[in-house]
Amino acid sequence: MNAARPHRLMIVDDSNIMRRKIERSQELPNVEIVGSAGNGREALELHASSHPTLVTMDLTMPEMDGIECVEQLVGRDPDIRILVISALADKATAIEALEKGASGFLCKPFTERQLNDALVKLIEG
Amino acid sequence: MSLQSEIGTFVAAVLNYFDTAVQQAAVVGTPYLALGKPPEVFDYTGMIRISGKRKGVVYFTAPKGMLSVMLMRMQETDMSDANLRDLVGEVANTLSGNARKDFGRNFIISTPSVVAGSSTTIGYSPDTRPIVVPIDWRAYHANLVVCLN
Repeated sequence: MNAARPHRLMIVDDSNIMRRKIERSQELPNVEIVGSAGNGREALELHASSHPTLVTMDLTMPEMDGIECVEQLVGRDPDIRILVISALADKATAIEALEKGASGFLCKPFTERQLNDALVKLIEG
Repeated sequence: MSLQSEIGTFVAAVLNYFDTAVQQAAVVGTPYLALGKPPEVFDYTGMIRISGKRKGVVYFTAPKGMLSVMLMRMQETDMSDANLRDLVGEVANTLSGNARKDFGRNFIISTPSVVAGSSTTIGYSPDTRPIVVPIDWRAYHANLVVCLN
């Protein structure tokens, strides 16, 4: 990790308590939370203004779901790293998310440690 | 897959939520058939509807007090109606996720929905018999209801 340039994290989830949980749980010193969005469309708008390098992405959301948002974000920025966080833990869903460009998958519910471990893996590639 | 193991999938989802997200285990009571009158509905209910190989509804219904203490355990300070809805929605989300993982494509599972109010009527087909699984946590009592034909 580069100490001079923190990773910029955007949180995307339609659940307020999940967004806040991720904000509270994220303990990595070199990660700065740049904003959160409640659906895919908001996430695309936030991406344009805040240029995140990391994203946590829910899948089931109104207006634009996580899979479509992953595809669009990777289309805009092929280097962006996206951790899908979803209760939809079946293999087909995970594979679809990874095929669209996500870099990792974390099942809900999760512990703080699981989230931080998954973010470290995301950063380290 | 038998109905018993299908119910096990939903029970496992709820218990895992308490273990992982709330970090304090819940206890499952003795399941029973709700005959004669509909199962009790508490203040907030998160549900999924199922079609395909089986049809029906599965829901987690809990009182406001229980959900508020769950939120506190999760270090959430905002006990608003929106957050209480979010919480039962997240439990319903895990019901949906476990069902998709264990049941495969023979089951079509709806996006979770949330209703508030203990006077709410949860619609289900008259040819189904709701199975109520009591979920006890601390001094609180909730129900997981599996109503599949």
